[in-house]
Amino acid sequence: MAEHYRVAIVGSGPGGLSAAGRAAARDREAGSGSPSHILLESYERPAKTIQRYQLGKHVMAQPGFLDLRSDCRFAEGKREAILEAWEQDLASLGVNVRYGVEVTGITGSKNDFVIELGNGDSIGADNIVLAIGLEGNPRRLGVPGENLPGIQYHLEDPRAYEGEVVVVVGAGDSAIENALGLAEQNTVVILNRRDEFSRAKEGNLMLVLAAISDPDRNFSCLYQSAPKAVRENPGGDRPLVLTVDTPEGEQEIACDRIIARLGAVPPRKFVESMGIVFPNDKPTALPELTRQYESNVPGLYVVGSLAGYPLIKQIMNQGYDVIEFIHGNDIEPADNPLLAHQFHALPYSRSVDDTVEMFQRRIPMFSELNALAFRELVIESNVLVSYPDGELYDDASSRIADLQRSLADRSPAPRTSKVIREGDLIFDIGEFGTSFFTIVDGEVRLDDERTGLTTHLQRGQFFGEMSLLSGRPRLERATAGAGCVLVETPRRTMLKLMNSNDEVRAGIDWMFVVRELQRRFAPLAPYAKLGDIADRVTIRQYKAGERVFEQGETGDCLYLVRSGAAKLVRRHEGRALLVAQVRTGESFGDMALMGDPIRRETAEAAVALEVIEIGRREFLELIDLGTSKIEPLQQDVTRRVINSAVMEVRPETGSVVDFLMGHGLGEATNVLIIDADLCVGCDNCEKACAETHDGISRLDREAGPTFGNVHIPISCRHCEQPHCMKDCPPNAIHRATNGEVYIDDSCIGCGNCEVNCPYDVIKLSYEAPAKPSLMSWLLFGRGAGPGEPDSYEPEPAGREKGKKARKCDACVGVAAAPACVTACPTGAAMRIGPDQFIDLVGGR
Amino acid sequence: MIHENVLRFRNARYLWWSLGLLALSVVLYFTQGDRQPPNGGTWQGYVLGSIGAALIVWLSLLGVRKRSYRSTLGSVQGWVSAHVYLGLALLVVATLHSAAQVNWNVHTLAYVLMCLVIFSGMYGAYVYLENPRLQTRNRAGATREALFAELFELDRQGLEIAEHCNPEVQAVVKSAIQRTVIGGGVAQQLLGRDRSKMIGYDQGGATVDNADQQPVIDLVGRIVPRAEKASEAANLQALLTLLCRRQNILRRLREDIRLQGWLKVWLYMHVPLTVALLGALSVHILTTFLYW
Repeated sequence: MAEHYRVAIVGSGPGGLSAAGRAAARDREAGSGSPSHILLESYERPAKTIQRYQLGKHVMAQPGFLDLRSDCRFAEGKREAILEAWEQDLASLGVNVRYGVEVTGITGSKNDFVIELGNGDSIGADNIVLAIGLEGNPRRLGVPGENLPGIQYHLEDPRAYEGEVVVVVGAGDSAIENALGLAEQNTVVILNRRDEFSRAKEGNLMLVLAAISDPDRNFSCLYQSAPKAVRENPGGDRPLVLTVDTPEGEQEIACDRIIARLGAVPPRKFVESMGIVFPNDKPTALPELTRQYESNVPGLYVVGSLAGYPLIKQIMNQGYDVIEFIHGNDIEPADNPLLAHQFHALPYSRSVDDTVEMFQRRIPMFSELNALAFRELVIESNVLVSYPDGELYDDASSRIADLQRSLADRSPAPRTSKVIREGDLIFDIGEFGTSFFTIVDGEVRLDDERTGLTTHLQRGQFFGEMSLLSGRPRLERATAGAGCVLVETPRRTMLKLMNSNDEVRAGIDWMFVVRELQRRFAPLAPYAKLGDIADRVTIRQYKAGERVFEQGETGDCLYLVRSGAAKLVRRHEGRALLVAQVRTGESFGDMALMGDPIRRETAEAAVALEVIEIGRREFLELIDLGTSKIEPLQQDVTRRVINSAVMEVRPETGSVVDFLMGHGLGEATNVLIIDADLCVGCDNCEKACAETHDGISRLDREAGPTFGNVHIPISCRHCEQPHCMKDCPPNAIHRATNGEVYIDDSCIGCGNCEVNCPYDVIKLSYEAPAKPSLMSWLLFGRGAGPGEPDSYEPEPAGREKGKKARKCDACVGVAAAPACVTACPTGAAMRIGPDQFIDLVGGR
Repeated sequence: MIHENVLRFRNARYLWWSLGLLALSVVLYFTQGDRQPPNGGTWQGYVLGSIGAALIVWLSLLGVRKRSYRSTLGSVQGWVSAHVYLGLALLVVATLHSAAQVNWNVHTLAYVLMCLVIFSGMYGAYVYLENPRLQTRNRAGATREALFAELFELDRQGLEIAEHCNPEVQAVVKSAIQRTVIGGGVAQQLLGRDRSKMIGYDQGGATVDNADQQPVIDLVGRIVPRAEKASEAANLQALLTLLCRRQNILRRLREDIRLQGWLKVWLYMHVPLTVALLGALSVHILTTFLYW
């Protein structure tokens, strides 16, 4: 064999190039004349995935608190700058790189691997670092003619094409982003195999639907349509003709270009061909690795997203580490210090790795998780530890205080363990939950004041799932018991995990149902019995406007709202009247199980709705558990039937509530409502908002819908499950315990939240310039006076910082809160919660 | 509605405050008269005067409180409620203080200015309570901006339809749309007067009045039965409907502007008069002490 290296690195993404950079540095340190490493890349430049980001994309360097450990540079910035730095680094470090070579197979074992290349050559290596990522190869069209020129699988710069007819195939985010980018100056047809864009992020979904319905844009969509064949079109206006299968039959589209964004073929087959074993058959499964990233094949290492790490900085660190491991240097991972800080006050004398391993072992729900993914979860979480008041507590607190002092100059400050006293409150009833807790050690006490129920939770159990899933405030008081060690995971991390891991989702869903059944029907029933019933109930999802049941139907189940809101509408003499709004934690349809099987109303989702459907048998079992009382349930139903009847005879109340529901207030927690009969239009609310929020008003009084005298201005309503928080790259949007949703200074101005908000309450703007004081305006007329100026030129410093997202924060941290309400001279402006909606009309 | 207006604020708390103040003032007034008749110069007169002066200063501080957006000193609505009730009480307090002694001097000037401020305030309170409701009904859920947008759209459509009419009608309708006037000077806004014009039909290009758009509607209505072709008649009918819708929107806009105008205009009296009052009051107090 002509070529043999100590280490061959496959793939030149962030992991591969960082590994190669380290290997080259090692070579230089050893003073060897010929390289002991080789970097193999199938593309003609490094980092294919990032090369294929759209031009000018802003690449983040998260997590901020993790240090980069690599011979190659990487910092937050434009795609172009990052790629340029990498190419320079590869050259200056003297990396032995070979572009344009595809690795087709790897055989052999440690010290004797043979890498087969697409051009027929082969290379020998002692060790192999597989850094091929998950992107793999794009899935191809799979129809006759798929290799014709003009068919492409990625789009670098949508502005490179103009005046063309482009067919985009696919319904995912990349297809939508490409299609929207192209539609500015081309005619775009998007082919969607299904009848909706269900895979897309919400923001993209709204943009694509808006584009499709906009008559001024050359943008159309063929639903339930798939490509059938492509042929050349010599002599025609457009070089290609695509034949499409549509519900109305075959259709031909003459086009200039076809862009297929059909996802990627996962590299699993390829990886398995080397002998690497996956733990299960799930498409999302990742190979199991040692702490040193070695697979079950000795000498074959895996780094990057194939190893479960999604972020560029982490992957680059892994690339560095893996070369050190291969060279026999058992360095600690770069995130070790982070975990050490988080574990600093724990009562264990174990290494960081052992502690993480113990955590995972003790929490059954996480035991199946990939070890590296679990490590990630702990890094993103808080670790809480409780000590008895006195010497032990003081000692642990002072240790943490010392640690925090030593870390004070780091920004952002790394997380440390949080020391609490036994008996301290972890969260209280009525707080808006923003995190999820798992118990590693000790005991936690949950008190529910409404049911009078006290639960003691032990090692391995979790709590806080209710706020996580339904977005409503905590119903219980959680108190730390003796020797507590808790992992407090932020909502966002948890939701991400649930979306990617079915076991975790199922586990949390199940516990949610068990506790909800317990709260509602059988406070004294044990988990085991409730669990059996929980296995048999169904969780259903409805989109806004979808019907759950119809008036007049016979029903044999009740519904418990898990998230969102439903409205019950009664049709009477040809008129539809809203008789009730049902919100998270409330139920509807109970009467069907309590003597009246006929549905007396139509139930409809007011916003996206999730319900637990409980059948007659399960309901009777719950009642029969002997520990439950039917009377409270019956009283609850009595209250609701009376309310419904009252609403029915006061249709004006129903129509106002219906109006509010129609504008999404079913998911609101705190909404600004203006009584138009009192509002004189002075805009002092907007001025107060601007004056208390950096000179920029976050509310638009005049805009927004009005019904009778009830006006909903454009202002944040602090949704139960805030849409804006879904997709914030720097995690800059938070919810305070009182429910205020606010954006912190780490906003990068990407605009995701603005797009994701269905209510248009977020805007991007430059910093407003400073103004003269109130008195100098009042007495000497200097400046534009209070409030946001109609227009302003940002100052150079403000322009430099770029636009930032601004939204109502319900005056969190402002003493005279909320400023818009306290500044209203006529009492027209009020911020109210959903329980007050009915009062908007009451008393008339 | 859980919203309450300034008069009802917290069960009309400040109504009771001001009634208490009035009772106190009346008692003070009638305890005068041992050594001299009721007068600003008795000790009771001084007390009433001090209360009045303090009230005037405090009432005028509303302008500062309204703009102190971080203030935790009660809500602005509470201040306004107290402002209204205590402002009304001031009329009695000051009258009792003056004991109806009027003359051509700075003291009476201060009193008259104060009365003017209070009367303008009474009018203000009335329109603040009344006009928003009228405006809401008048706009029927739409914002003024939306009404304007609708108007511009109707204008555009009207001009388009007019293109297909015969040249004389076209000229009239075009001019009617282009020479529609909304707003204008203060008087026009407050009176809702319409100075719209158009080119007269068959009048050699002379400009005629088109107040409330009725003339142009009447004109098109007159021409419809005289149309020569079916398509022309249909066109004119469409135009007629459109002009009527336009008339309706214009009426609403004009009414909205009128109501909003009255809602604002009193402050142009109230505030400058307050400043003048503060000046006159200072002179009144100063001279009282100088000529003791």
